[in-house]
Amino acid sequence: MPEFGRHPQLNRNGELHHLLSIEGLPRPILERILSTADSFINIAEREVKSVPLLRGRSVFNLFFENSTRTRTTFEIAARRLSADVFNLDITRSSTAKGESLLDTINNLTAMQADMFVVRHASSGAPYLIARHVAPQVHVINAGDGRHAHPTQGLLDMYTIRHYKRDFSQLTVAIVGDILHSRVARSAIHALTTLGVPEVRAVGPLTLLPSGLEQLGVRVFTRFEDGIRGADVIIMLRLQNERMKGSLLPSAQEYFRNYGLTPEKLQLARAGAIVMHPGPMNRGVEIDSHVADGTQSVILPQVTFGIAVRMAVLALVSSSQRMH
Amino acid sequence: MIDLDAEAIYRRFAARVREHVAGRDVRLVGVRTGGVWLAERLKDALEVRHPVGVLDISFYRDDFDRQGLSPTVRPSQIEFDVDDQNLLLVDDVLYTGRTVRAAMNELFDYGRPARIDLAVLIDRGGRELPIEATVVGATVEVPREISVVLSRDQDGRLHLTLEQRSA
Repeated sequence: MPEFGRHPQLNRNGELHHLLSIEGLPRPILERILSTADSFINIAEREVKSVPLLRGRSVFNLFFENSTRTRTTFEIAARRLSADVFNLDITRSSTAKGESLLDTINNLTAMQADMFVVRHASSGAPYLIARHVAPQVHVINAGDGRHAHPTQGLLDMYTIRHYKRDFSQLTVAIVGDILHSRVARSAIHALTTLGVPEVRAVGPLTLLPSGLEQLGVRVFTRFEDGIRGADVIIMLRLQNERMKGSLLPSAQEYFRNYGLTPEKLQLARAGAIVMHPGPMNRGVEIDSHVADGTQSVILPQVTFGIAVRMAVLALVSSSQRMH
Repeated sequence: MIDLDAEAIYRRFAARVREHVAGRDVRLVGVRTGGVWLAERLKDALEVRHPVGVLDISFYRDDFDRQGLSPTVRPSQIEFDVDDQNLLLVDDVLYTGRTVRAAMNELFDYGRPARIDLAVLIDRGGRELPIEATVVGATVEVPREISVVLSRDQDGRLHLTLEQRSA
């Protein structure tokens, strides 16, 4: 039976039981997820693109907020493990918080769910669900509010490790709307846990949260300074709604100051890779010549994301059996 | 006492495999880890020109529910098309037959081989499935609580040891 104390994600043996956030996960667990993902990479090249590992298990994709890429890649990951996948698109139904969310979970648990993959607009919703479900049920956070998007953080780490091999010498710049970005938060925790010596947050002051330095992050408001000498540049999506408030003047001006163009990419280290969690706003945070250029690894990120999600599903399912 | 001179057993094993594959185009597939060591040595000894296929059966085991995922799982690698080929599956120790079943299930996810034969260095009996090897290096009787473990030293020499099974 899992304990929900300081590490609500780990069971008594220190194994991953839920994946809710990268924050608080020890380095060996992150490394095991990445190395397990290695073994899933070439399965897609075989005649039969699935393995029987999770045959008979039921994975419920529970998306209270829109997502195409994340939901689809979770679905592919679960199917490649031979799990039965049920997609519940509940963005249109009543998504009131508190009791009604738990009522939904109760109903789905009564349908013999083994795993919930949860995307929710409220930070912490997956924690609430994880505290509530039966001990043999696993919860995976597929993005909650501004809080965390751990599988995105993990697939970013997989991508960086694939191209750069070793984390211990890297400079990684995360650029854009750090304030509202669960992707940035998850990446920062993963990068520092894996021993990246220089993690940078780059963006306009209005989009940088306070307290980044305490996480071991160097803060830059000038884009050129922030990406100079970087080995990895993670560009974040600028959500259109940010333009409506007082945080930013206009998309054109944002692109002029923080858009990644081929000229600005020259400031990074030779052979630097460019990443983006998608969906991209071409001409807002990234120039098409960069997005489609030789240094872009944005599409490999999507492919790696399937193997990483397979590893997470396999490992959490594996944990319950070992105590 | 059981004679477990791994190198002597290997020589007998290799001679029997040579006899088995004579005049046929056979591709070797080793089951990680011991089976891969054996398959690599057989490839050199028998001058098989195809690369050795490597199977890691962790995702095909029937005891995932009880044991969880192996912490040492690595990718399987089969760099040839298995369709319509003669395959020789190589493993170190044949016991319950469950590993072989898992390995065959995995092979069929790569394609449809014409034929699969099984070569094992040691057959220790104790089968729980209707599986038998085509080629056996040595047959030994070992009590249930003992594991037969193949290891390889720095010079590539093989060793067989009997170990008390952990819980």
